[in-house]
Amino acid sequence: MIRAAWQALVGGPLRSSPGRTLLAVLAIACGIALGFSVHLVNASAAAEFRRAALQLAGEADLVIRGPRQGFDEMLYPRIAGLPGIAIASPALEFQASRTAAAPALKIIGIDALRARELQPALFAGEALPAIDLFDPDNILLSAAAARAFGVSTGDRLDFLAGTETVRLRVAAILPDGAYRQPLGIMDIAAAQWRFGMTGTLHRIDVRVEPQADMLSVQRSLQTLLPAGVHVLSPDAENRRSAALTRAYRTNLDMLALIALFTGAFVVYSTQTLAILRRRMQISLLRALGVSRPAVLGLLLGEGAAIGAAGGLIGIAAGGLLAHQLLAASGVDLGAGYFRQMQANLHVEPVTLVFFLLLGVVFAVIGTLAPALEISGLPPAQGLRAGDPAGQTPGSRPLRYGLAAIAGAALLLWLPHPGELPLPGYAAIALLLLGSVLVLPPVAIGLLRALPLQLPMPHALGLARLIATPRHVAISMSSILVSFSLVVAMLLMIHSFRTSLDTWLHQVLPADIHVRAASSGETGYLTPAVQQRITELPGLQRVEFLRSVNLLLHPQRPAMTLIARDPGDGGFARTLPLVDTPPALPEGSPPAAWISELVADVLQLRPGDRLLLPLGEQPQAWIVAGIWRDYARQNGAIVIDRADYIRLTGDLRINDLAAWLAPGVTVEAAADGIRHAIGNGSALDIADTRDIRRLSLAIFDRTFAVTWALQIAALAIGLLGVGLAFSAQALARRQEFGMLRHLGMTRREIAVMLAGEGALSSAVGALCGMACGGVIGLLLIRVINRQSFHWSMDLAVPWLLLPLLFCSIVLCAALAARCTAVLATRSEMTRAVREDW
Amino acid sequence: MLLATLPALGLGRAQAAETPATAFAAVRPDYRISFPHDHGSHPEYRVEWWYVTGWLRSAGHPDRGFQITFFRARPRLTAGNPSRFNPEHVIIAHAAIADSRHGRLLHVQRAARQGFGLAGSETGNTRVWLDQWQLVRDGPRYRSVIAAPEMGLNLVMTPGQPPLLQGVQGYSRKGPGAESASHYYSIPHLRVAGELRAGGNVQAVTGEAWLDHEWSSSYLEPDAAGWDWMGINLADGGAVMAFRIRDRRGCTLWTGGAWRDAAGRTRNFRPEEVQLVPLRRWRSPRTGADYPVAFTVTAGPVEFSLEPLMDDQENDTRATTGAVYWEGAMRAYRQGREIGRGYLELTGYLRPLAI
Repeated sequence: MIRAAWQALVGGPLRSSPGRTLLAVLAIACGIALGFSVHLVNASAAAEFRRAALQLAGEADLVIRGPRQGFDEMLYPRIAGLPGIAIASPALEFQASRTAAAPALKIIGIDALRARELQPALFAGEALPAIDLFDPDNILLSAAAARAFGVSTGDRLDFLAGTETVRLRVAAILPDGAYRQPLGIMDIAAAQWRFGMTGTLHRIDVRVEPQADMLSVQRSLQTLLPAGVHVLSPDAENRRSAALTRAYRTNLDMLALIALFTGAFVVYSTQTLAILRRRMQISLLRALGVSRPAVLGLLLGEGAAIGAAGGLIGIAAGGLLAHQLLAASGVDLGAGYFRQMQANLHVEPVTLVFFLLLGVVFAVIGTLAPALEISGLPPAQGLRAGDPAGQTPGSRPLRYGLAAIAGAALLLWLPHPGELPLPGYAAIALLLLGSVLVLPPVAIGLLRALPLQLPMPHALGLARLIATPRHVAISMSSILVSFSLVVAMLLMIHSFRTSLDTWLHQVLPADIHVRAASSGETGYLTPAVQQRITELPGLQRVEFLRSVNLLLHPQRPAMTLIARDPGDGGFARTLPLVDTPPALPEGSPPAAWISELVADVLQLRPGDRLLLPLGEQPQAWIVAGIWRDYARQNGAIVIDRADYIRLTGDLRINDLAAWLAPGVTVEAAADGIRHAIGNGSALDIADTRDIRRLSLAIFDRTFAVTWALQIAALAIGLLGVGLAFSAQALARRQEFGMLRHLGMTRREIAVMLAGEGALSSAVGALCGMACGGVIGLLLIRVINRQSFHWSMDLAVPWLLLPLLFCSIVLCAALAARCTAVLATRSEMTRAVREDW
Repeated sequence: MLLATLPALGLGRAQAAETPATAFAAVRPDYRISFPHDHGSHPEYRVEWWYVTGWLRSAGHPDRGFQITFFRARPRLTAGNPSRFNPEHVIIAHAAIADSRHGRLLHVQRAARQGFGLAGSETGNTRVWLDQWQLVRDGPRYRSVIAAPEMGLNLVMTPGQPPLLQGVQGYSRKGPGAESASHYYSIPHLRVAGELRAGGNVQAVTGEAWLDHEWSSSYLEPDAAGWDWMGINLADGGAVMAFRIRDRRGCTLWTGGAWRDAAGRTRNFRPEEVQLVPLRRWRSPRTGADYPVAFTVTAGPVEFSLEPLMDDQENDTRATTGAVYWEGAMRAYRQGREIGRGYLELTGYLRPLAI
């Protein structure tokens, strides 16, 4: 019996209309492929990140790490002599700026004799001949660095210390396995000397005695450490570096999941139509004694099979796509987090199973609603002739839909774990679901209410739309889902881009900006050079900036401290503040202006006190205001450079901004500055307009991947329309035959169908616009705020939205017309006889 | 007693002429060793070592050999580096226990640059240390601590005889060229008491040891490939040291040695008086090096045969000095009767010691 039922319900239809099943399979495959490839690339990047961090930590039990400017080296003997410490290996670790515009290289200065115990990878075989290291002219390169710079043993590499050139000889290239990332290794004494870092260290790797208690050692270490220096386990360090990109990776994963959601929606529409068409068979089987659970099981089994097939194809395609992406552009999906990183495709069996199951689950969910409904239908009613799609939808979906939307609103009040805006994403999913459920009654209400006076074929189409809400609902909700996703993303990206543009104008007010090096941390300008630049006649005004970094929170990456001149009207005028800053009480400590991320992470409001580890003792500062920062993803704090110099005595600067005297060109000013410095070839002097242009270009590249998602969503939406109309067309052959008998031409029927398509998609797109607007607001106000801690102003792409609206309506009309005509190419007139 | 190579530290590297580099004091025949000053470190020389070898007895265990070595090496550096990490001296320490039950050496090694109080050597009297490891002359006694997870030694060593100046008043030639030489004295018949830890097992030990202290700036002839060295505490209270420097073809390039008899009279050997004839060879399964591990020794009037405690006493210190050598506890026999105990060192058998 079950075999017969399988034959009737699954096997037969599959053979008779393989195209429909294929579409459903492909829709799921599309979503899975996108999700799987994005996930794979991200997971590979994260794994590579972890591997690199672990490789650097070697076999250390604990890592003591300070800020970028390092800590006093005398900490090293105190730590090495602490009871319970077996080995302490000191190191410098910095991004060495290159002369010319070459990318910076991470250099690690090690005491090879100490590191030997903790870095077996480095000393495997005879990978690191200590002979080459003591020579202060020598650097060892990892194979990746040698490849990146195109150098081999014996070649010279020029780096920058201040404005001086440091020329190093590539003494050896480490074997491929030693370190996978671009990296240079020097002797610690050589690195301190050549890069002007005498007396400082950046990290100390520690191995604890086997019998010592790790926690108590960690505690006694922490009491030795000055503020801003922390002791971490390599695992915790790892988590910290992963946290840096987790928000970005999660958001990409979520976007990919949305593609899967649309795929499930296609399954829903195809299965709904297919099940409606098989209503007779199903009712017959039920009448013959097949139980309701058996029917339900078969139908869901069919859905699961579609999901599994789609999942398999999707995994294969996604794996291939990820492989191509990695080969073509590395693990960086555009945001720049993983630039310069090489990675192997990292696939875990669990992930494979997960995505396969995801395909099955989404397909089963897509099948669930129609399967439940049809199997619940009394057989007698199901066997009766007539199209059940004509029935007015009950009030149940409406209630469920409203409940889902209310649930979405409630979810937004939930706290989000870490920086993962999961409630926000769940709210978006619920909102979409709710909108789909609410759509049919709303749409019919809308169509009825419209005072449309349409010419003949279209009036017929309109009547048909109003009368068969079930059919309409499916094509409309396809459009709703896909269009709302596109609108939401457009809204978010447009708002972000507009805000970024405004922000760039605010933070880059000067005519030219000069950096001591185009990348890396070892370039800086001395007070003498600053003096010479100030005296240049071509410059009207110059502002200097020193940036260092601070470890304020052991679980967070270092934050940037920017010490700069306040400029005209003070920071209250020159920083892109979120709110008007409150007046500070008389006698307050010096003012610190914190970025939104700092405010969120350290839970600070204007007026609060904040301890900064600057100078001898940590000093109290008052939070004067909160500003928007799109540039530094780990947080930034701005203080007056005068306060900074008073506390630290550090007179060096990294950047300067200059306003040109009237009539002076950027080129002339740049020449003047280079000349003032002497060795100015390494300076990065940029026209502010170029920086803005470049920043926006980087922004566009970052969001390039979302365009793929938008196009995929739109394609899936249009596919849904086409699918709905082709299925309808088959079901409506009798109706068409009747119309032909009544004298309508084929062309008129096609026009009528196109009109129906246009009308239904217009309604769907309108609702999608509303729903997408809300989702866009969620992305702007909730998701971005929670994952990246930056706010943006809402900006609506007024030109693009109507354009998109019109094109999708047009596409939908065409799709409706073409698919319907294709489906009914066989003689319509004869079809009238079918049911008699 | 030698291990001058330390190629890993770049001791032999010629530096470009334009950068002022480290200058080393030369070994001179007219240098007169004086104590206690010369017990201490000689930082102006390129390389220096304190080398203790001996035999240990303990209850319920066959006699074991031990070796503790502290090297001070001064790399040739570019002048002017103000960094406290500048490796002006590198301290290297090796220790090994030869246990016939274990079948091969239990050995540990460590190296660190001098500085920050964590590793260094003092002038004026013997004090050389690397983290917790140390060799210190405290009054007349030496105290040494080696503490590693695998093994540990905590020994007090008391001299029963005055130092034996090797060569001419402590000026010890290593080859035909007068500049290939070292300043060198030995203290034989040190009485040893203390503790030995192997694994988690601590045992009280007593025994007898031999200390060498040697410093130089130009040790080997360019053609030299390695050496065979022995220092034997004779049962009658006498002591004999003999060595041979081999060239790259395996032929004898130079020999030397000294014998102090039971009455305390010292006799230095002329080069042709020392003959070492290998009796038996052993090939290392780990490195493939082929060592002569037993000898017939003729040194002036002294004749004996030398047999190892066990064949496998190879010491792989490539991680710190770059050298693989054989350093083993030995018994000396005359007509089948044991007449003394000491140590044999064989270097340059895996590959020539590059200088």
